Amino acid sequence: MENLGALSLVLAFCLTIYSILGSLVGKWKKNPFLTLSAERAVYCVWFLVAGAVGILVYSLIGGDFRMAYVAEHSNRAMPPYYKFASWWGGQAGSLLLWTFLLASYSAVVVFQNRRKFRDMMPYVVSILMTVEGFFLLLITFIVSPFLVLMQGKGIIDVGDGQGLNPLLQYWTMLIHPPVLYLGYVGFTVPFAFAIASLITKQPGDDWIYTTRRWAIVTWFFQSAGIILGAGWAYAVLGWGGYWGWDPVENASLLPWLTSTAFLHSVMMQEKKGMMKIWNMVLVAATFFLCIFGTTLTRTGLVASVHAFAQSQIGGYFFGFLGIGIAGTTYLILDRLEYLKTEARLESVVSRESSFLFNNLILLASCFAILWGTLFPVISEKLTGEKISVDGPFFNKVNIPIGLFLLFLTGVGPLVAWRRSSAESLKKAFIAPTAGAAILIAVLVAFGIRHPYALMSFGLCLFVAISVLTEFYKGAQAISIKDGKNLLAAAVELTHRNTRRYGGYVVHLAIVMMFIGFTGSAFNKDATQQVAPGDTVHIAGYDLKLLKLVDSDNENYVGRKAIIEVSTNGKVLQTMEPEHRFYKASKQPTSEVAIRRRLTEDLYINFAGMSDGDAKGVIQAYVFPLVSCIWIGFWILFAGTVICLVPSKVRLQYARTEVIGIAKKPHAASQIHN
Amino acid sequence: MKTYMKFGLLVAVIIGTLGWLAAGGIKETKTYYRTIDEVNKLGNAAMDQRMRVGGDVVDGTIVRAGNEVRFTIHQDALKLNVVYDGIEPLPDTFRPGAQALADGKMRPDGTFHATKIQAKCASKYEAKPVQKQPVHAEKQASL
Repeated sequence: MENLGALSLVLAFCLTIYSILGSLVGKWKKNPFLTLSAERAVYCVWFLVAGAVGILVYSLIGGDFRMAYVAEHSNRAMPPYYKFASWWGGQAGSLLLWTFLLASYSAVVVFQNRRKFRDMMPYVVSILMTVEGFFLLLITFIVSPFLVLMQGKGIIDVGDGQGLNPLLQYWTMLIHPPVLYLGYVGFTVPFAFAIASLITKQPGDDWIYTTRRWAIVTWFFQSAGIILGAGWAYAVLGWGGYWGWDPVENASLLPWLTSTAFLHSVMMQEKKGMMKIWNMVLVAATFFLCIFGTTLTRTGLVASVHAFAQSQIGGYFFGFLGIGIAGTTYLILDRLEYLKTEARLESVVSRESSFLFNNLILLASCFAILWGTLFPVISEKLTGEKISVDGPFFNKVNIPIGLFLLFLTGVGPLVAWRRSSAESLKKAFIAPTAGAAILIAVLVAFGIRHPYALMSFGLCLFVAISVLTEFYKGAQAISIKDGKNLLAAAVELTHRNTRRYGGYVVHLAIVMMFIGFTGSAFNKDATQQVAPGDTVHIAGYDLKLLKLVDSDNENYVGRKAIIEVSTNGKVLQTMEPEHRFYKASKQPTSEVAIRRRLTEDLYINFAGMSDGDAKGVIQAYVFPLVSCIWIGFWILFAGTVICLVPSKVRLQYARTEVIGIAKKPHAASQIHN
Repeated sequence: MKTYMKFGLLVAVIIGTLGWLAAGGIKETKTYYRTIDEVNKLGNAAMDQRMRVGGDVVDGTIVRAGNEVRFTIHQDALKLNVVYDGIEPLPDTFRPGAQALADGKMRPDGTFHATKIQAKCASKYEAKPVQKQPVHAEKQASL
């Protein structure tokens, strides 16, 4: 079996090379049959990689403990779904997942465009296959998932495996890695189209029209992956942290920031023909940051809780990144002529400028996070001393950035394209600003003094009012004209321009999340050692330890703390945090108990025993508003889905199309170029 | 060109503010990686900087007292007493013999006051190589 798996990966690798060469030679020699066969090879690559995946998953579930990967990441006692998830439990399997997802995406791209973009597609195919080939190279020759355990000259079967790390045995393990990878991998497609359009010197913005759906979908997967990871950390790490500025978390955030910037600035190109170079740069930056993120996760460059085994594949990744970045830079510089802007900025107070600042800020945040993440590496190279910067650094820079972004989110809909008059600004700003000011005054009156928290809550209301006013105004106009009620009119309005109003829904989701983030300014915690019968007090809750209950099954031994939660003498519920010891991996873990409510979560961790097994260590936390983050995620999902529904009304933008290189009298302006 | 001047100014102000914040952030939170030996050599100067010190947790030294946890780490013959009182619970992998990284500052009494503990365990995420059968199990490509 393992031979078949390895063989299909080798064949897939050969086919990617065939596909790259076939596309390019076919294009060069103008042989449509060769390019077509190169495209078909993409489907074959998918079948072969899928076959390899099937074999690995079969071995994992069937428990073929002759195979090193199976023995290291699976065991007999785990339930089948975790056996399946151990596919991406380790290095080689994760890379196989990457490869499989890219193969699937490539097959979809080839199928969708089988009759379109005949001049561009050979390049698209060869770029996709180059990336695919790189990953196949890694899993075929360097970290193969199909190694068997050998002793002397004989293959041995170790009988049972190590099992998945207990921290990973949580339902999110089933979806967080694939979803995040769908996001990481997906940006290869817009990148391939962008580069192909540069190579073929496409005059228009075709690559943007074809890939904007891809961009939105993969952006959603990135967001979902990040939030799922945060929710996972919150529920398993035992202290309620959902974000710790860990290098690997940062690595997943970096491409998200650039792709968010891209989704915004792409509108400038669609509507005004501006920022063309910038969009190229953003798409390329996002793609390379995705690869860079994979590098960080996979090579242990920076010490991290996620750091998987140190490995030798770092060099290959940096080689790939280096060549890719150099090639892209050369292409963009060489094709500057084709990326000329068609309009100029007219005013600092305009929709354009709000997009511009949005981009600037997102990129600044991205740069600051990248810098902070790589600080230990950089400082060691420069000064010889390894210095790291921690959470406080990231917070210090990113909290003001986040608040400013939130502000821009509210300002965007209020200012007009091109320029806004002072009169119209006054009218548009008055309601949101007044609302925010009143809210802040009320909060201060209730004794809240935290400056960032006040600003954040104020801005959240500012944005909410500004966005909802947009819906209200539009809906009212339709309702007057068509005689519909306001709600039906709002649905109609959204349907007419789904991307705009779906985008606003996403903005509301971001507001919701900011409310949740801001809640963390009011977290409370208490740690106590208690014997059965004792009580812990925290933020109005009384937690009484009733008893300790032991359990034992083939996967782990556990001890539960049965805790009665009451407030003002009224019993609310019993909570049962558990401390487990996993047998296969010989690791302890804590299963926290969380009482989730809209206003605040009560979070109890049973950290183990002390005083010679007489007392249990109970750590209790209260996290206000944290549920808003997870609710925000569902709103974000809804908003993204709305964006993907085709608009009812085709919008025409008044803008000039550039055909070929038209030399314009004015030199390109400096800022947005 | 006036519009562009305004833009330039605004951009400069934003970048400047962020740069200033970042510089301040780095100054406040930079943490030096140090060995116990280096900490001892620094003497009193060690009290001025945040450090991350690594060592193995000595058996039988972990004592809990209220919100505090005290323990000793060692590197070869050198030992360092650590007091931890951060809000995060100690990681599950933190136990006698494990390699621990403590973040914090030295106190005048010679103990290390940690606000964050990371325990590094070979099997943190990647399981150890299989060692069930007689020792020389090694991986080999099947093709």
